[in-house]
Amino acid sequence: MKVGIVRFPGSNCEDDAFHAVVDQLGEEAVMLWHKDHDLQGSDVVILPGGFSYGDYLRAGAIARFSPIMREVALHAGKGGIVLGICNGFQIACEAGLLPGALLRNDAGYRSMPVTIRVEHTNTAFTSAATVGQCLTMPIAHGEGRFAASEDVLDQLENDAQVLFRYVDAAGEATVDANPNGAMRNIAGVCNAARNVIGLMPHPERAVDPLLGSEDGLVLFESLLVAAHA
Amino acid sequence: MTPTPRPGDPTITPALVAEHGLTRDEYDRLVNMLGRTPTFTELGIVSALWSEHCSYKHSRPLLRKLPTSAPYVLQGPGENAGVISIGDGLAVAFKIESHNHPSAVEPYQGAATGVGGILRDVFTMGARPIAMLNSLRFGSLDSPRVRYLVAGVVRGIGDYGNCMGVPTVAGDVMFDAAYEGNPLVNAMCVGILREEELIRAKAQGIGNAIMAVGARTGRDGIHGASFASEDLSHNSDAKRPRVQVGDPFTEKLLLEATLELIASGHVVAVQDMGAAGLTSSSAEMAERGDVGVTIDTLKVPVRESGMTPYEILLSESQERMLVVAIKGREDKVREILAKWDLTAAVIGEVIAEPVYRVTEGDRVVAEFPGTRLVTDCPQYHPDARESDAIIALRARDVHAVPPLPQERNSAWTLRRLLESPTIASKRWLYRQYDSTVRTNTVIGPGSGDAAVLRIRGTKKGLALKTDCNGRYVYLDPRVGGRIAVAEAARNVACVGARPMAITNCLNFGNPTRPDIFFQFREALAGMAEACVALGTPVTGGNVSLYNESPAGAVYPTPTIGMVGLLEDVSRATAMEFREPEDAIILLGEPTDELGASEYLAWIHGVVAGAPPACDLTRERALVETLHESINAGLVHSAHDCSEGGFAVAIAECCIGNPLALHGAMVDLSAWKAIPSRALLFGEAQGRAIVSTSDAAAVLAIAKRRGVPARNIGTVKPPNEGLVIVVAGHSMRSPLMDLVAAYHDAIPRAMQRAPAEQVTVDLATGAPA
Repeated sequence: MKVGIVRFPGSNCEDDAFHAVVDQLGEEAVMLWHKDHDLQGSDVVILPGGFSYGDYLRAGAIARFSPIMREVALHAGKGGIVLGICNGFQIACEAGLLPGALLRNDAGYRSMPVTIRVEHTNTAFTSAATVGQCLTMPIAHGEGRFAASEDVLDQLENDAQVLFRYVDAAGEATVDANPNGAMRNIAGVCNAARNVIGLMPHPERAVDPLLGSEDGLVLFESLLVAAHA
Repeated sequence: MTPTPRPGDPTITPALVAEHGLTRDEYDRLVNMLGRTPTFTELGIVSALWSEHCSYKHSRPLLRKLPTSAPYVLQGPGENAGVISIGDGLAVAFKIESHNHPSAVEPYQGAATGVGGILRDVFTMGARPIAMLNSLRFGSLDSPRVRYLVAGVVRGIGDYGNCMGVPTVAGDVMFDAAYEGNPLVNAMCVGILREEELIRAKAQGIGNAIMAVGARTGRDGIHGASFASEDLSHNSDAKRPRVQVGDPFTEKLLLEATLELIASGHVVAVQDMGAAGLTSSSAEMAERGDVGVTIDTLKVPVRESGMTPYEILLSESQERMLVVAIKGREDKVREILAKWDLTAAVIGEVIAEPVYRVTEGDRVVAEFPGTRLVTDCPQYHPDARESDAIIALRARDVHAVPPLPQERNSAWTLRRLLESPTIASKRWLYRQYDSTVRTNTVIGPGSGDAAVLRIRGTKKGLALKTDCNGRYVYLDPRVGGRIAVAEAARNVACVGARPMAITNCLNFGNPTRPDIFFQFREALAGMAEACVALGTPVTGGNVSLYNESPAGAVYPTPTIGMVGLLEDVSRATAMEFREPEDAIILLGEPTDELGASEYLAWIHGVVAGAPPACDLTRERALVETLHESINAGLVHSAHDCSEGGFAVAIAECCIGNPLALHGAMVDLSAWKAIPSRALLFGEAQGRAIVSTSDAAAVLAIAKRRGVPARNIGTVKPPNEGLVIVVAGHSMRSPLMDLVAAYHDAIPRAMQRAPAEQVTVDLATGAPA
């Protein structure tokens, strides 16, 4: 599997994604420059976390116009896997690759470990997990409150596009377990075709027991299954 | 060439000289150096370079007494940052710096640009920043103005560091009325580099090009360095325009571009344009290289039209660098900057003629002989005399302070202490800081005595911590200076590291007052003693004087930023207990000391008595005991006893992580001679609480190292709570009581934070 990681000006989690893929998964990864038009034959494209263009306007609002995003959209349109993490999720929403929007957290910037529950396993990023599996990993964002109209939310639920929800230690999606005020505790979603996935928590920061959690590994291992399928 | 005044320049008058902060003597010195009256531009340059902030004119002679060398020190004081070797061809660059005055008047931007400045200091050395720390001091959280400052400073630190993608991993925060009008905001940055990539800010190579890279120069922050070199007054709010505005996105681009530039080999020197901007960076680079420089202000990329040379030279616009490019490679430099959407412009040249010359096109507007602008800066040796009032405070018999009626129940006292914002969990602050980005954070904020980061590609780890109890330094500067270093060393030892080196940020009041200069001299002497005893040289830092508001000077606060090295990062040890039935061992001895304690200050409102004694031989033995037993794999948790004493320390071992609570049962009856409040809440130095499944082995190491040690009890399941037996009395605290006190205190106080700015007259404290 070859993973292309897009480097926007202001990205700052691209190295973490690189290490997760190369060091922990033992797969090939390349950095893709935002001004280029070439995905270098990547099977999977990761839009990493950070503050693309400073996020001064609205998170991800400018990065979607980067030259490389045209190729990313084409890749997604052909069924290629695209994974947006944190700022990458925001960019994917701004680019229309994913439904919904990510608004300012109700309680400001939050950096802390959260627990998310896997809701569906029929995507490239969750296939190795089990439904209801709870994963602990960090969040670190100021604009991660997932929002959409009630109609869209219902449709996402009906079509099994809500992939992750914030839950408490007992696996319940409670108000207290919701770190940013996301509607219906939504932490991550996929598109209708199930090949574009976005989430606010950082699975790439949870792949090594030395750092406290390796719960993110199962998600990256899912990619491997999908790419070799 | 003799400079000519520009049309429109004001005439040099005694009033104008005074406005620039130069004394009569300093002005005479300048005239002597030049052999003529300075131009307005020259006066501006000198006012910045000879400000306390840039020149260290009151502190330099004493700073020379600090130990600065060790075989592994690659770069000591005098550069943008200190650098030590950690083996495997790797080195660590680190430095701490203050942004106190800007943060006092504009907390958000003041703190943010403080973070930006210290980041630049580290990446100009060729190092990639891997961690940020901050050391903060505020007044009481009961004050709305203080809550406004806390909220703004924390948001400023978070927004800048988070955007840069550099984790904020540790620090220390204290609250005391002494900091009410003048908060302290000290930021530390740690970076990592390959030894061969180390680059210095030394101009060299006649004919090489001097280039300004990064952001354009605007009118912001003019005279920031001089602002930092005067007492805060009720006029300070009017100086808000002297506070710079930060742009972390541009800084992130500048970081990537600078590291790429250094790796390319096209540049021979890099210097941050920080305090006093272009003036300071160019003059210091020339002085270090002992060469001449010439700069044309018309070639400096500017943000607004009509800027005078004076303004361009003194602007403190952020996110700018000065680099010396090898002649002929200027276009290569421009190319790299362009990749990151940044500009680079040739603004001058390294010249053989021993002169510092500034032109505006063909007109020479400033010219100083050789490097005398830097080397001829005045130095002062002010009088030092301890204040009688402090001598009296220290002599006060604090054992005579009567206990409150509620104190009959020591569990009440413990709960109260856990609510002190100085002691309470700082989670409200650090959850606003990304502490996990870059995926190296093994121990982050809140769970260890120091942060631990792994060094990728090796088995090693770095332990990082800032420390200083200003109250100790206030009541006895010599002892307080010693303790600041010793506590920082103890903290990195508690996570399993060997203390390596320190950077320091010396926050003091007005040095021309003999009582303040006494504090400065003695605190430095105490620090130097501890640095020698503990083998931790000083590799650099920052001096921040004039930390005074009309209410008086802050506590003298020489903040220590410590770097320690773990040979095996998998040994990194947190402070919380881990396994029920582990033995709990107290390393070190309690004493009958209460002076200068948080107990007296928080429970009784008394700041008096002598701070606890600090025996440096014992501190070193404790550090070695911790290091050896942790690296032998014997220790499950380690936590030093500091503010709040033994009782607070063991409570933190039980409840530090509210999601993994542990009970404990300990017996202190062995120390019958010590009154229970000193035993529980006294702050005797040289102590740590460790838990282990092999008590005999830990006790044996302690004995061999000459550290008193005793098995005092056992880790218990959480439902048994914390039980401490003292003098036949059993003090019992349910964990949920302790959790509520410790974890809710700061969020509860900050809920009262006003949404908008609170302005007060700093002279009276009254709303303005």
